[in-house]
Amino acid sequence: MSNNKKTSDSLALKVLTNPLGIASVSIIAAFILFGIFVPIFSPWDPNSPDIYSSLTMPSADHWFGADSAGRDVFTRLAMSTRFSLMTASVAVIVAIVCGVLTGLIAGYFGGWFDNVSSWITSIVMALPGLVVLLASITVIGPSMWYSMAIFGVLMSPAYFRLVYTTVRGVRNELYVDAARVAGLTDTRIIGRHILGVVRAPIIIQTAIVASIAIAIQSGIEFLGLGDRNTPSWGAMLNEAFMKIYDFPILLVWPSVTIALISISLVIFANTVRDELERTGPRRKKVSGGKSAAQKAADAAANEAIIHPDTRGKDQEVILEVANLAVGYPDGSGGIKQVVHDVDLKIHRGEVVGLIGESGSGKTQTAFSVLGLLPAGGRVVAGSIIFEGQEITGAGAKTYDKIRGGKISYIPQEPMSNLDPSFTIGTQLVEPMMKVLGISKKEATSRAIGLLDRVGIPSPTTTMKKYPHEISGGQAQRVLIAGAVSCNPVLIIADEPTTALDVTVQAEVLDLLRELQKETNTALLLVTHNFGVVADLCDYINVMQNGRIIEAGGVVEIFKKAKHPYTQQLLNSILEGGPGRGKYVAPKGN
Amino acid sequence: MLTFILKRVANGLLMLFAVSFLSFFLMHLGAGNVARLMLGLEATADMVAQKNHELGLDKPFIDQYLNWLAGAVRLDLGNAWSMPDAVSNVLFPRLAITLQIVSITTLVAIIVAIILGTVAAVFGGVIDRVVQFIGLVGFAVPGFLVAFFLAALFAIQIPLFNAVGYTQFSDDPYQWLRSVTLPVLALAFSGIASASNQVRGSVKDALEMDYVRTLRARGLSFNRVVYKHVLRNSAGPALSIIGVQFVGMLGGSILIEQIFAIPGLGPIAVSATAMSDIPMIMGLVLITAMIVIAMNLIVDLLSAALNPKVRLS
Amino acid sequence: MSLLNIENVEVTYKGKGRKKDFKALKGVSLDIRPGECVGLVGESGSGKTTLGRAVLGLAPVTAGSIKLNGHEISHASRDERRDLARDIQVVFQDPYSSLNPSMSIEQILAEPLMVRDWTKEAASKRVRELLDAVALPSDAADRRPREFSGGQRQRIAIARALALDPKLIVCDEPVSALDLSTQARVLDLFLEIQERTGVAYLFISHDLAVVHHLSHRIAVMYQGEIVEWGDGEQVSTKPSHAYTKRLMMAAPVPDPIEQTKRREERRKMLAAGLI
Repeated sequence: MSNNKKTSDSLALKVLTNPLGIASVSIIAAFILFGIFVPIFSPWDPNSPDIYSSLTMPSADHWFGADSAGRDVFTRLAMSTRFSLMTASVAVIVAIVCGVLTGLIAGYFGGWFDNVSSWITSIVMALPGLVVLLASITVIGPSMWYSMAIFGVLMSPAYFRLVYTTVRGVRNELYVDAARVAGLTDTRIIGRHILGVVRAPIIIQTAIVASIAIAIQSGIEFLGLGDRNTPSWGAMLNEAFMKIYDFPILLVWPSVTIALISISLVIFANTVRDELERTGPRRKKVSGGKSAAQKAADAAANEAIIHPDTRGKDQEVILEVANLAVGYPDGSGGIKQVVHDVDLKIHRGEVVGLIGESGSGKTQTAFSVLGLLPAGGRVVAGSIIFEGQEITGAGAKTYDKIRGGKISYIPQEPMSNLDPSFTIGTQLVEPMMKVLGISKKEATSRAIGLLDRVGIPSPTTTMKKYPHEISGGQAQRVLIAGAVSCNPVLIIADEPTTALDVTVQAEVLDLLRELQKETNTALLLVTHNFGVVADLCDYINVMQNGRIIEAGGVVEIFKKAKHPYTQQLLNSILEGGPGRGKYVAPKGN
Repeated sequence: MLTFILKRVANGLLMLFAVSFLSFFLMHLGAGNVARLMLGLEATADMVAQKNHELGLDKPFIDQYLNWLAGAVRLDLGNAWSMPDAVSNVLFPRLAITLQIVSITTLVAIIVAIILGTVAAVFGGVIDRVVQFIGLVGFAVPGFLVAFFLAALFAIQIPLFNAVGYTQFSDDPYQWLRSVTLPVLALAFSGIASASNQVRGSVKDALEMDYVRTLRARGLSFNRVVYKHVLRNSAGPALSIIGVQFVGMLGGSILIEQIFAIPGLGPIAVSATAMSDIPMIMGLVLITAMIVIAMNLIVDLLSAALNPKVRLS
Repeated sequence: MSLLNIENVEVTYKGKGRKKDFKALKGVSLDIRPGECVGLVGESGSGKTTLGRAVLGLAPVTAGSIKLNGHEISHASRDERRDLARDIQVVFQDPYSSLNPSMSIEQILAEPLMVRDWTKEAASKRVRELLDAVALPSDAADRRPREFSGGQRQRIAIARALALDPKLIVCDEPVSALDLSTQARVLDLFLEIQERTGVAYLFISHDLAVVHHLSHRIAVMYQGEIVEWGDGEQVSTKPSHAYTKRLMMAAPVPDPIEQTKRREERRKMLAAGLI
């Protein structure tokens, strides 16, 4: 637990060093102190009227002036602050107790409790809060303590939902499974793995609920349905509202107080959220400064090995990438390069492989050819010449003409690359109409033909289907059909079979090969799989740390690899290697 | 699809029944207090008992509830205690005004929020930060403070609009506009604030989807992908907040109507509460719950219609 | 004498609402001997992960039996499971979600020990031993998972599995999220640990080459059933079941010349309806 605490401490520290965070916390703290101490030390009684001071402007005596009954506004505001903050905390505490407990139980254990509490939650959420509060005042009478307790119940679904969804998410994490296998009890799992995750969201939610409670509470008081004898922001607003024409300054004090506290609470919540997102778990490892090993690897990489290029010299070069560098902003004003000095040449009708491990820059290279680098990324040096035209730095218009019609793309994950809200047909037809300038009817019949060609069993019905109604393998075929639909010169395939089962992969590889031969389209194949490269490619570029370290014909690379990294990769291949051999019972068993 | 609708409608009715039973039960738990609250502290025990009998509060709870329910299904919500009229006669004309204001506000808030949220998500930078800031302030500051501000500025200092009162549209469209503008703006402010942030979030999520890149790689322009595919896919999540907004505004309208003296449900809710008029409050609870449930139903059906996965199963 | 006996195990997930029940395992039997590595290979949806989870008590066994050293464990209570944790451990596929991001490596590795009331000193000593066993530097203990690469995280997960000296580790696709060269090193670690400690593995993977490399015996799963089960060398190089053949022929050989032959052979077999 001690280290869990460490994370939250560092989060608290981060929030307090953030200018907005410290400002909001200070304002809230100042008001709390204001509510505690001013009523003690003030010479004025907040409730006793003084007709001689009625409606006086701020002065040395009455810092904020006096109201219509001549009461000191500053002292009344302090009393109101004390009362309003205390009653609002009742709402918050009740909401937390009801919502967090039920959310934890329902989220972690599920079952009938889950169903019942979810249903009750949806009922409570269907109740308009203010109306229910008015109803409760009708029968209980005007007591802000009760009203805020009831409001707490009404707000508890917010916590319930929050905790419930968080717990559900964490519960499915493998580390919770691992904890179970390790024999931890449920209470221990909740304590160690789950409470830590929900704590920060609860703090955020609490700031928000507190601001809502303050708003609702002053609303009720303003309507005159609160306790008349206790000074409160809403009651002060109510009295001031009566004098809005004669003495509008009275409206200012409680309004500004409410607004300041509410805004501070919400800013506080936002700051915690922002800092949490910054410190939160990262899915991908951020590669920091270069290690010595990496520097050595870089040095080796500088001596890239390019085997003699024996490719079809008679064929025209359609894509020529020279000295390409791709970079991303590093967060401190500089640029972090992820691709360095890449040279790449593709002839018409050729299949070129770009192989490397994760982080080698192979996908970044491919996306820069498409002009579709992820947000922030850009080509920082070098040139990309496609069919004689320089396309680095070209505008959207140039790219819109090239993409689809000249260069197309086959992605890795078939499912996430189809828009779930549109049918397969629409997604095939729409780009064809635009790129080829053909009618919808023509595009439709073309699409059906294409689906048939890529081996979709009943193309006409599949056209009307949504992505979730077809299998992953089928979806990948649809995406391949889309990629070839506008007769491109070059297809960029980014790990086109990685997400597929091996038997489906074999079929898709066959399809890609056939289509490529039929149409004589060039293919830039990005992959980490040597089997796939061996199956399809004519020429291979091996990438490491953003550089091409070896390039050559497919047989050269597999049979005569010279670069140590390429050799290391080839040696890691298990296919065709020896098996485990015979089982021998361990000694002592 | 039909079974989906029927299921949802049945669920809605069940919830309405549960809400009415629960609120009736809770109100009558506290009802022992009511005669005392109405008569004041100096009333004798006999007077309180007499009053309880008059109000029918001495009958068994179940009888009272079934009696009320039998009326409620015929839209007869009983007689008010605080005035000599039937609850339904008082509430329905006022409901029309409140619904009108809340609907206009929801519409305004949604249109503005969609524009602001999309622009912020797509362009980012300064526009994005401005929208986020508006969202923060609008979310934090209670609507009635905005109402004070608007009334002080645009009705009292610069008398562009009416500070109080309401004119029917059919009587005088110009006066109607003067009377509803400020209440609608005051109510819409917080709605716009939170809805635009929500829209911004869901558009941002949709923009990061893989299919956006794939569609662009097929030759569709960025704008076209945004208008057709991104907006369509962010509509679902954005839609679900309309329901939440509507509920919030229904509550907020009570305060706003009180401030601008608009004869909707707001003022009657306040006076009924002050005078412990239980039938009136029960009527209000039922009507508002009904509206909220109906609204959620509509939102559910709309998002089902948008989502092909739900549509087919 | 087998360590683990799985007999006719069925796992059925109750369908929600109108959805039909889903039978993920349809009567599966296999056994694992002490210190043996049994490979379980199949494609997505074959039920291989479910079988692993059933052994771990994370999937509902609706029929059949799972025995560890002759004791029935398929319906073990939470208390019994806690005792079983000493014998059966797990390494999951995703090295990112299998370690709690907010805990230090020391806390992660000590978790199974603390449940068994180890003293802090003893646990700390054990953590150093474990880090050493998986070839991680001992200063790793104070760091958090996000500071490690995928391969290193998988080493941490292996160390956690080893903490209690188990007799069996269920390895659910432990190398499929890793890069090729990392994969090779982690597999070597698995081999080395087995040789040294005599722990048995139920090694689940979609990759026949990986399973072949590591397993004494291999079971091939397809649609909730084991279609082929036997000697590792036999199953992965001379399979007898049509599905295993299809699996073998489908994997592209990382050699352009060999692959051309393999492709041709596969085409002929498909045409002849053999696979």
